[in-house]
Parts: sequence; structure tokens; C-alpha cells
Amino acid sequence: MSVLVYTESEGGSFKKIAHEAVSYARGIADAMGTSVTAVSINSSGSEELGTYGASKVLEINDASLDTFNASAYADAVAEAAKNEGAEVVVLSSSANSKFMAPLVAANLDAGYVPNVTELPVNTSPFQVKHTVFTNKAFAHTEISTSSKVIGLAKNAYGLKENPTSVSAESFSPQVSTGGVEVVSVDKATDKVTIADAEIVVSGGRGLKGPENWGLIEDLAETLGAATACSKPVSDMGWRPHSEHVGQTGKPVASNLYIAIGISGAIQHLAGINSSKVKVVINNDPEAPFFKAADYGIVGDAFEVVPQLTEKLKEFKAQNA
Amino acid sequence: MKILVCISHVPDTTSKINFTEGDTKFDTNGVQFVINPNDEFGLTRAMWFKEKQGAVVHVANVGGPETEPTLRKALAIGADEAIRVNTPATDGYSVAKQLAAIVSEGGYDLVIGGRESIDYNGGMVPGMLAKMTGANFVNTCISLEIDGTNATAVREIDGGKETLTTSLPLVIGGQKGLVEESDLRIPNMRGIMQARSKPLHVKEPVDAQPETQATQFEKPAPRGAVKLVDNVDDLINLLHNEAKAI
Ligand SMILES: Cc1cc2nc3c(=O)[nH]c(=O)nc-3n(C[C@H](O)[C@H](O)[C@H](O)COP(=O)(O)OP(=O)(O)OC[C@H]3O[C@@H](n4cnc5c(N)ncnc54)[C@H](O)[C@@H]3O)c2cc1C
Ligand SMILES: Nc1ncnc2c1ncn2[C@@H]1O[C@H](COP(=O)(O)O)[C@@H](O)[C@H]1O
Repeated sequence: MSVLVYTESEGGSFKKIAHEAVSYARGIADAMGTSVTAVSINSSGSEELGTYGASKVLEINDASLDTFNASAYADAVAEAAKNEGAEVVVLSSSANSKFMAPLVAANLDAGYVPNVTELPVNTSPFQVKHTVFTNKAFAHTEISTSSKVIGLAKNAYGLKENPTSVSAESFSPQVSTGGVEVVSVDKATDKVTIADAEIVVSGGRGLKGPENWGLIEDLAETLGAATACSKPVSDMGWRPHSEHVGQTGKPVASNLYIAIGISGAIQHLAGINSSKVKVVINNDPEAPFFKAADYGIVGDAFEVVPQLTEKLKEFKAQNA
Repeated sequence: MKILVCISHVPDTTSKINFTEGDTKFDTNGVQFVINPNDEFGLTRAMWFKEKQGAVVHVANVGGPETEPTLRKALAIGADEAIRVNTPATDGYSVAKQLAAIVSEGGYDLVIGGRESIDYNGGMVPGMLAKMTGANFVNTCISLEIDGTNATAVREIDGGKETLTTSLPLVIGGQKGLVEESDLRIPNMRGIMQARSKPLHVKEPVDAQPETQATQFEKPAPRGAVKLVDNVDDLINLLHNEAKAI
């Protein structure tokens, strides 16, 4: 018995969400009196997983898995879980992990709960807390199957160091591509994605038009942040669909979310509820967003944002 | 081509979320129910396949009689037939199991579901259904073309998109992008009249035990009031020293 965690990587190194998933898996393993085994695919740096509490890493090295394939990755994780006799499998909440999670669960006849925010209150019966109604509420859900798959919400548990000596083994599972082949990937490699970003700078209709997006981009670049937008902004084609956040767009669980010229409609707020610190810049003091924010400036974005970017550059220079 | 669109019946996005019976049940009082937005994009794409490629489109829901107006709306938008599996939607697994029975019986080539339902945000029914019926599966699908039994899909990934080739039988988890917002259809009078005489089959459920059960709900703790500042220096200072966010 052990807790198995799938540790996601990109370009051969583990992502921060992999460290968070290992931290969380270790929390469960401690509660159940067992240890953590990680599965990695084409990634180096297994020792760093020891930092967060993994004691064993099953390393898959297979060039045919360089491009993500949900069915193949799910087969690999499920086989590892079976070999390890894992009762609990932990995945993160990236688009890829959410794609493979139901396949892993079906493979293992495991009950699956996504968007889990805390360690289980109880491991027998196994009960977890997770967000529902797009972050408008939480549910406590009991998983009754003997195998369980947990999708860990991003940035909810955090990184917890738990230095453990780690042994690595190579692992060659039997996988199938499930009749789906990737033809091409179109991804800006030089930009921080909304999913990975610590900080997200988001613009709404208050910015008046796509020609003003330089304001948002300059601020984002200064902060090393990803850019995002409200739904009407993407509907009007000012920004790509992939930047639309909210209940019907992408969820944002960053440390800092800066909303500029966004009114704060309920559907927008639902998508950003799990961000830790929220800042609003809006010229209407009555904008509903101020009720959901931690910090705010009532003012004209066209004046405030360039000032903020300038001052942040100075601040960065002093604190570098 | 025979298409099944899976329709989840969910509270309208503007709904206030409350619970009753000691926070063990969702309070439906005063809540408007709609077709899950992700499913509406899929249904509209299915209408395109119907009109351009002669597909037959059925819609299905697993739920009690209260979901029928939502299925009728899908018929009014243009689906040919509706199926309701007469059992409450308890968890993603049991819903997928019920839908799998319909898919096997109906011989559908393409099953269109949504990336997730906006109520329980499971994001699991289409994937589990694909696995149960042995179909190929593409999630977060933002474009779908079918040519004979070959399919080309585009999927949203973190930070971009990916083009995939696959074949029927296929299950997708769809979302905005399958069609544009402006392509969504509001049922017209004629559609609504026609929907009244279209078949809505009620099927009894197959045996499927849920694997998970929500036992208790809670709302997020109320937040403190916003701190308003009138200059960017104060903001930077607070973000650095108080919030530790920069
Ligand atoms: C089914 C459904 C699903 C939806 N899903 C989503 C979703 O997922 N995400 C989403 O974002 N929306 C969603 N919406 C839309 C949502 O209801 C709002 O219409 C939308 O969020 C408003 O976008 P906005 O704040 O950019 O624009 P507006 O509401 O027009 O707000 C613009 C804001 O900019 C401010 N402003 C104007 N000029 C300036 C200036 N010079 N400086 C500073 N501030 C200025 C104004 O005071 C105002 O508050 C959905 C709607 C529906 C019906
Ligand atoms: N009760 C249901 N009846 C029919 N389809 C459903 C039901 N629940 C979920 N689905 C489908 O599965 C998708 C994902 O739902 P979920 O896994 O619940 O997030 C939805 O967008 C629907 O297409």
C-alpha cells in the first residue's frame, strides 16, 4: 500500500504543481501510515520530489510520450497504481491532468473527486473537501470505492517540505494512445500561462478596445504575470478565447489577481474566487468587484496602470 | 451519423447558491435551471452537423422529471429526440454508467458532452463514458470536424491549443469555441411548437451504484472589506508587506 502521485513536468523538469501534489500526497500518506510513490514521465530531478516527501519515484523514459496523450498517460498511472497497490492516486488540476483523471479512475474502478482543497478529514470512511458550483461553495464528499483518485486544486494546499530519501526506479508500462494522435501543438513558449502563473493581470471592457492592451501587457511583463480578460473582451475578439476567465472560461487560482476595468459580474468572480489576493482598479466606486477584492484603487485605468507599472519597475529594481 | 448530446441541467450562472436540511442539500428555491453552458455549445455544433451533414441528433439527461423543460428546450433548439433516464444524478460515475447504457443501445457514432457541469464541476462524465463504451475521447474540445469516420479536433491546452486526429466512435468534452457565443440559438416559436410533439422517451435506469456521495455543503467564509488606497505607492507597499504577493 502507498499513496501514488502523478508528477507533471514540462520540458523535462517538474512543474510547481507537481511539488504541491507530492506535498499533499505526503499529507495523506502520513494520515494513513504509509509512504508516497511518484510517477514521472520524461522528467529529470527525482531527488527534488524527495524534498516534498516522496520516497520512491517510478521514472518513465519513453520518447513516444514526449507529447501528452491522455489515454497513454492514464494507462501509465493506472498501471503504477496497481503495481504499488496504491489506495489513493493524487493528480493536479492542469488541463492535462483533468483530461486523464476520469480515464485513470475508470481504469482503476476508483471513485474520483476533483478540485480538492484540503487533506481528508477522515481516511476511513474517506472524506474530502472540494469546491463546487464553480467556487461558490464547498462540498464534503465521501469516496466509497477501495481505490480513490483525488484531483488537487491548484494553490490550495501549498508546498510543504518533508525531506525524505528517495529511490528511483525505471518503469516501462504498457500504454495505448486510445485512437487519438496529436498533429500539432500551438503554444506560445515565451509566455506565462494562466494555469501556471503566480500573478495574473486581467482586463475588461473598461479598457475600451484591443489597441489599449499594451497597458495590460506592460504591467504583466513587469510582474512576470500572465494576461487574462473578461468574457465580453474575448467575445468581441479583442483577446483570444484562451484568455477568458470565469465560470464559463478558465479558472484562475493564482497568488495575485489584478482586475482592471472589470465590473465583477458573478460569473467572472466565480472563476477567480480561488485566487489568494485580489486587486481591483476601476473608475466606478460602485463596481461590484470592490466587494470581492482585497485591495482597490478607484481611478481611471489609463492613468493608474501606467503609474503602477512605472513604480513597480522601480520597486523591482530596488528589491532585485 | 447519429449524435447524442449529453445535457446537464444546472442552475443559471447568476444563481445564488444556498443549501437546506442542515446544509446537506442544494436549495433549488427560486433557482432557474438551464442547459449547462458547455453543453449548449456542443448542442449548437450538433445542429451544424445535422444541417450540413444530415446527422440525427438526440439529447439525453440523467435526472428526475424536473429536468424535462431543459430537454424540451434542447428539442426546441433543434434536436430530434430526447431521452431522460429516470433517476437522480448522484455522482459522475453513476451518470456515466446510465449514459453508457443509452449509447450502447442507440448505437451513437458521436457523443458530445461538456468539459464540466457548472454545478458540481466534476469534469468526469464524458471521460468515464468513453472508457465504458470503448470510444475515443477528446476533452476541452474547441473545434470538431467529421469526415466519414475520421475526426479532427482541436483541444484547448494550458497556454495554447493542440490539433488531434481521431475516429468515430468518439466522445468529446466540449466548451466555448465549438461554436461562437453569437452562434448560440434562442428557441423561436416554431421550434417551441415543434418540440411539443417531438419524442421525449423516459427510460428506467440500469443498476449503477454511485462511488462518491456529497454529504455536507458549506459556503466560503465571508471576506473582510476591501482596502481602498488612493495611490500606487500605497498599493505596492501593501502588496509587498501585508499580502506578501509581490
Ligand atoms: C451564461 C453566462 C456566462 C458568463 N460567463 C462569464 C465568464 O465566464 N467570465 C466573465 O468574465 N463573464 C461572464 N459572463 C458575462 C458577465 O455577466 C459580464 O457581462 C462580464 O463579466 C462583464 O465584463 P466586463 O467587466 O469586462 O465589462 P463591464 O461589465 O462592461 O464592465 C466594465 C467595467 O470597467 C469600468 N471602467 C470603464 N472605464 C474605465 C476606466 N477608464 N478605468 C477603469 N475602469 C473603467 C466600468 O466601471 C465597469 O465596471 C457570463 C454571462 C452569462 C450570461
Ligand atoms: N445528469 C446528466 N445527464 C446527462 N449528461 C450529463 C449529466 N451530468 C453530466 N453530464 C454530461 O457530462 C458533462 C460533464 O459533466 P460533469 O462530469 O458532471 O462535470 C456535462 O457537460 C454533460 O454533457
